[in-house]
Amino acid sequence: MCGIAGYFGMPKTSLPDRVLLQRMIGAISHRGPDEQGLHVDGNIGLVHARLSIIDPAAGKQPMCNIDQTVWLIFNGEIFNYIELRRDLIARGYVFRTNSDTEVLLHLYEEKGLDCVEDLNGDFAFVVWDSRRNRLMLARDRMGVRPLHYTYHGGCLYFASEVKALLQVPGVKAELDPIALDQTFTFWFPLAPRTAFKDIFELRPGHILTATPERTSVRAYWRLAYPDANDQGAWAGRSEASIAGELRELLFDATHIRLRSDVPVGAYLSGGLDSSIISAVTKHIKPDRLRTFSVTFESDEFDESSYQQEMVQALGTRHDQIQCRTADIARFFPDVIRHTERPILRTAPAPLFALSDLVHRKGFKVVLTGEGADEVFAGYDIFKEAKLRRFCASQPDSRRRPLLFRRLYPYLPQLKNQSHSYLAAFFGGDGAALDDPLYSHLPRMRTTAGTKVFLSADLRHELADYDALADMRDGLPDDFTRWHPLCQAQYLETTHLLPAYILSSQGDRVSMAHSVEGRYPFLDHRLVEFAARIPPKMKIRALREKHILRESIKDLLPKDIGNRTKQPYRAPDSQCFTGPGAPDYVDNTLSRYEIEDAGYFEADAVQKLKNKCRRSQAVGTRDNMAFVGIVSTQLWHRIFADRAYRIETDISPGEAA
Amino acid sequence: MPHDLEIIIRNFIVDNFLFSNDQDSLSDKESLLEGGLIDSTGVLELVAFLETEVGIEIADAEIIPENLDSIESIATYAKSKLAQAAA
Repeated sequence: MCGIAGYFGMPKTSLPDRVLLQRMIGAISHRGPDEQGLHVDGNIGLVHARLSIIDPAAGKQPMCNIDQTVWLIFNGEIFNYIELRRDLIARGYVFRTNSDTEVLLHLYEEKGLDCVEDLNGDFAFVVWDSRRNRLMLARDRMGVRPLHYTYHGGCLYFASEVKALLQVPGVKAELDPIALDQTFTFWFPLAPRTAFKDIFELRPGHILTATPERTSVRAYWRLAYPDANDQGAWAGRSEASIAGELRELLFDATHIRLRSDVPVGAYLSGGLDSSIISAVTKHIKPDRLRTFSVTFESDEFDESSYQQEMVQALGTRHDQIQCRTADIARFFPDVIRHTERPILRTAPAPLFALSDLVHRKGFKVVLTGEGADEVFAGYDIFKEAKLRRFCASQPDSRRRPLLFRRLYPYLPQLKNQSHSYLAAFFGGDGAALDDPLYSHLPRMRTTAGTKVFLSADLRHELADYDALADMRDGLPDDFTRWHPLCQAQYLETTHLLPAYILSSQGDRVSMAHSVEGRYPFLDHRLVEFAARIPPKMKIRALREKHILRESIKDLLPKDIGNRTKQPYRAPDSQCFTGPGAPDYVDNTLSRYEIEDAGYFEADAVQKLKNKCRRSQAVGTRDNMAFVGIVSTQLWHRIFADRAYRIETDISPGEAA
Repeated sequence: MPHDLEIIIRNFIVDNFLFSNDQDSLSDKESLLEGGLIDSTGVLELVAFLETEVGIEIADAEIIPENLDSIESIATYAKSKLAQAAA
């Protein structure tokens, strides 16, 4: 796991090329503290910071082929590198190292741009092919590893994280108003847009190619589902047979993710998914597994009893860290430095603390359960959409209120709420059944309620911009032919997953402490297989992830195997308003700073702050707004407000 | 009092859900739910306000959109509760 950066073209700066590259990689050295390397030649510059995991002694980057015509920098892992290597050797390639990097290099020599099709892994890489005078950027299918780019002065710059791009003289950090509107509607900007104006991310499953004449971006993979009425070759296939094949795939996906020359641990949240991963790992590798978890003070969020149950059941050696409410606020500025975007939830902060624990215990790699909720339909939003469709088609059903209450058993605030209000909120929403965003409209509508805080100037600039229309426009042509559950899964898997779960709650907070997360549920073979599983086997009545539970039921304690989904949540506004809240909160939300940044209405922010301070029960919308405003203001202070006057003088250290 | 009641309710809603200084930024009949101003948790804040500031007691069964979804419906509902209590 590593950080990569570089340029293609002629940088318009007085900085020597090497100094520029060193500054870029220096900004993301947390991604690769073990080693650095660079390659400069004419209009190409590549630099790499390494976290050594496979073949630590070799595998140095940038890596080139034997005649030094093809150069590679690579962040991530190719999990099937052993099989690929064997094939390449059979085709006559000679290997100097045992690294997956060299496998990728030769695979590119063999297949060119199509090499990505053969890869099973989490990767972002850059290949410079001097024979073709062509640069290639590629990113893994699900979006585990990040890759950003921008153009400045006719030169293309690229890097794992935006902060490396901001080291380039002239590249400015300016908030993109549309990105803010999208964040306050969806929780994230719609890729390739980022929070930074004119800085883009390469979308998951895409490659970018650049020659001196032109640049183009294209998809090499995309998530697709069968037509709703088409069972295809799976017609009549039994649940047991599907569960059996699922199990085999999951075992292999986990097996190849245990390939590493350093020890691999596992996150254990206490939920079903991470428990499955730990149990499968134990099955494959019977040695004592190391597991890690985060706990909370409040029972509303804490899952330690379930964690302990799994620790006992699997006999793992377990470490945990308690994330207190005050810790979340304390870590939050650092978290935003790493997420590089405003966020509406604090949930990344405890994971930031957890990766620190893992790092201190000497681990660089952890397996983790993310992805199961998207791939096997575990989130409440899927059940909620199913219920809303049911209610919309049978408005007078007496079952209706009962169903809604069953949906959210873990939310204490909902317990004393009337049936009718819940039903009105989720059921009588007037959303058109054929709206492609039907499943997500209640969530997006609540989230968009946070936009009342946007400043008049920003609203004026946004004019009649419609984020929902923007998302609808980006959906594939065959989307409407899929089953409603598949449509909802697509929205979660291609949007929230890469843009929030895998980045703000994933790569960015784990790599902050040089820890690499690996996600067996996101093996693309498993994702493609699950896409074909009939929806009724994913959610059986209201039992989410039914087929997944069936496939591994012998591996887990019954309590855990039957556990209802409890979403991972952390305390929100109370972290910043309760006793022990850090000083920066008042400064960040002061009238002066709010008006100086110009994104929000200062009066409204003061009202919200006062409300959150005095109120015991803050509603969902207000919590999101509060966290969104704090994080946007922190983002501004960390990135935009520094005016980014990059020094062009060279320090003595850099000249050496 | 009834006149003041509408103003008190309006001030509360505009202040707490719209976060605005402009008391006319919301019409009497506008749906709070559809406008994204109140979600299923936010309604509890409204209930707490009506119980403590307006002084009415609200039964669980009365927490329904028919009673609480606009300034007008809240005022009508609160007035009838106050009348009941006075009777």
